[in-house]
Amino acid sequence: MSKVISRLILLLICIVHLVPFYLLLNMSFKPLTDTSSKWQPAAAMSLDNFSSAWNEAHLSRALTSNLIITVCSIVLVVLIGSFAAYPLARHRTKWNNFVYMLSISCLIVPGLTILVPLYKFMVDIGGMNQYWAIILVQVTFALPLTIFLMTGFMGTVPKELDEAALIDGCSRYSIFLRIIMPLLKPIIATIVIVLGVQIWNDYQFSVFFLQKPEVKTIPVALSGFITQYHSNINWVAAGCLVAMLPMTIAYLLLQKYFIKGMADGAVKG
Amino acid sequence: MPSSQPYRNSQTTAKAGFIRKYFQSASALNLMYLPALLLFGVFILYPLAKGVQISFTNWDGYSQHYASAGLKKYSQMFNDKKIITTFKNTLIYGIGSTVLQNLLGLAYALFLDRKIRGLGFARTVVYMPVIISPLIMGYIFYFIFQYDGGALNDLVALFGQETVDWLSSGPRAVWIITFINTYQYMGIAMIIYLGGLQSISKEYYEAAQMEGARWWSQFANVTWPLLAPAITVNIVLNIIGGLKLFDVVVALTNGGPGYASQSLSTMMYNLYFARQDAGYAAALGNVMFLFISILSLTVLFILRRREVRM
Repeated sequence: MSKVISRLILLLICIVHLVPFYLLLNMSFKPLTDTSSKWQPAAAMSLDNFSSAWNEAHLSRALTSNLIITVCSIVLVVLIGSFAAYPLARHRTKWNNFVYMLSISCLIVPGLTILVPLYKFMVDIGGMNQYWAIILVQVTFALPLTIFLMTGFMGTVPKELDEAALIDGCSRYSIFLRIIMPLLKPIIATIVIVLGVQIWNDYQFSVFFLQKPEVKTIPVALSGFITQYHSNINWVAAGCLVAMLPMTIAYLLLQKYFIKGMADGAVKG
Repeated sequence: MPSSQPYRNSQTTAKAGFIRKYFQSASALNLMYLPALLLFGVFILYPLAKGVQISFTNWDGYSQHYASAGLKKYSQMFNDKKIITTFKNTLIYGIGSTVLQNLLGLAYALFLDRKIRGLGFARTVVYMPVIISPLIMGYIFYFIFQYDGGALNDLVALFGQETVDWLSSGPRAVWIITFINTYQYMGIAMIIYLGGLQSISKEYYEAAQMEGARWWSQFANVTWPLLAPAITVNIVLNIIGGLKLFDVVVALTNGGPGYASQSLSTMMYNLYFARQDAGYAAALGNVMFLFISILSLTVLFILRRREVRM
C-alpha cells in the first residue's frame, strides 16, 4: 500500500471512531435553548449543563462511592489474584490444574444468571447498600480474568529465577514477594485498566445492591438522572462526559504498559 | 531448607519444625489460592446451587414463605413466545458481535501493526470506547439513532431522504445494539491481535519473502496459524461478553419495542423486579448459565484442538 493511501485510511479510522465523542462533546456545551442539529457546533459555549448535571445527579457523592469501591476492589483483586496465580503457574500438579480450570470456569458464569440467589444472599448477610459487600462481589467476579492473565504472564517469567533464589536461601514466599511481584508491573497495570474500568463502570451489580442515594455509584446515579431529565438532553450529555472523564485520564496515563501486559498475559500464556 | 536447625529435638520444637517444613514445601504454596477459592465458593458456587433450589419454587423475591412449584417454571419457559424471541436476540448479540469484533479487530490490528505516524493515536482512539461505561455508550447512541433530532436522521434529511424511526423495529434495534457492542469492544480484540502479531518472529516473514511468497500467502501460512492462541482468547471472551449483554440494551431500547430487543439478562431483571417472579427468573438464569457454558466450552474445545494441530 502506498503511504498516501495508508495515511488516508488512518485518518478515516480516526474520524469514524471519534464521531460519537464529537457529538457528545458538542451537545454538552450547547445551551438548552439551542435546538440546532447535533452536528452543528455550539454557537455560544456554555458550562451551565455541567453545573446542572453535577448538582442534580449528585455526581460528587457518586464519584466518592465509585472511588472507594473501585480502589478497594482493585487492590484486593491484584493481591488475591497474584497470590492465587503463583502456585497455579509454578506448581502444576493435577489438583492445581483442576483448581485453575475451576477458577477459569467462573469466568463463564454471568453475574446476572445468579442474580436472584445472590440478591437473597446479600439481604441475608446484611450486605445491601454496604461498601464491603459490593466490593467482595466485584472482587469475586473480577478474579477469574485476573487469574487467567496473571497465570499466563507468570508463565513468561523464567522458572530459573525461582530456582536460583531458592538455592540462595530465599523462602518460597519471599521469592514471590521480592522477585516475582516486582516483575508483574506490566500485567498489574493491565489488570488495573481492564478490571478497574469494568468495576468503575459496573451497572448490573450496583443497581441492585446499592439502592440508597448515599452509596449510589456514577452509572446508577446517572441512569436515574437520565430517566428524570430525559428531555434535557444536553444535561444528560454533560453528565455522561463528566462520568467518563476519570477513567479516560487513568487510561491515558497507564496505556504504555497496557499492550505488552495484555499480549503476554492473554496470548503467550 | 537453609533455615532449619538440626540440633533441636524436644517434642514441641519437632512439631514446630514439622509445621515450618510444611510451609516451606512446594505444596504449601497452594495455600496462596485459598482466598480466591473462598470467594468463588461464597459468591458464585453457593448462589449457583441456591438458584437451582429457588427455580423449583414460586417465590416472589420478597416474602418469607414459598411453595414448591416443581418443574412448572421450566415448562412455562417453553411456551413463552417472549422467551423464544429473547433467546434469538441473545444469540444474535453473542455471535453477531463476536464475528464483527474479530473481523474488524483483526483487520485493524493488521493495518495498525506497521510504522506510520499517528498510529499510536489511532490505536488509542479505537480502544477508547472500551473504557466508557456501556450504559453511557447506549445513551450516546440513543442521541444518534433517536427519531426526532437524532444525529443520523439529520444526515438522512440533509441528503433529502425520508427520515427513519430506527429503534421502532425490533429486529433492526437488535442489529443496532449488536453494532454498538461491536464498536465498543472491538478495541479489545484489536489489542489482543496486536499482541499476537508482535509475538510472531520476524524470521518467518523473512523466510517467506525469500521464497517469494506474496502478502496473502504470508498471511495464510504464517500469520493466521501463529495467531491461533489470540483468536481463541478473543472469540471465547467476545462470545461470553455478547451473550451477557445488559447495560446497552437497558440504555438504548430498554428491551423494546415491546419485548423485541430483550436480552436474557434484561429479561431476568424484568422477571425479578417488575413481575416479581423470582422462581421464573432463577429458572431462566439457570438455563442461561447452561446455554452460555455449553456454547463457550464447545467453541473453546474446537479452537484449542485447532491450535494443537498446528
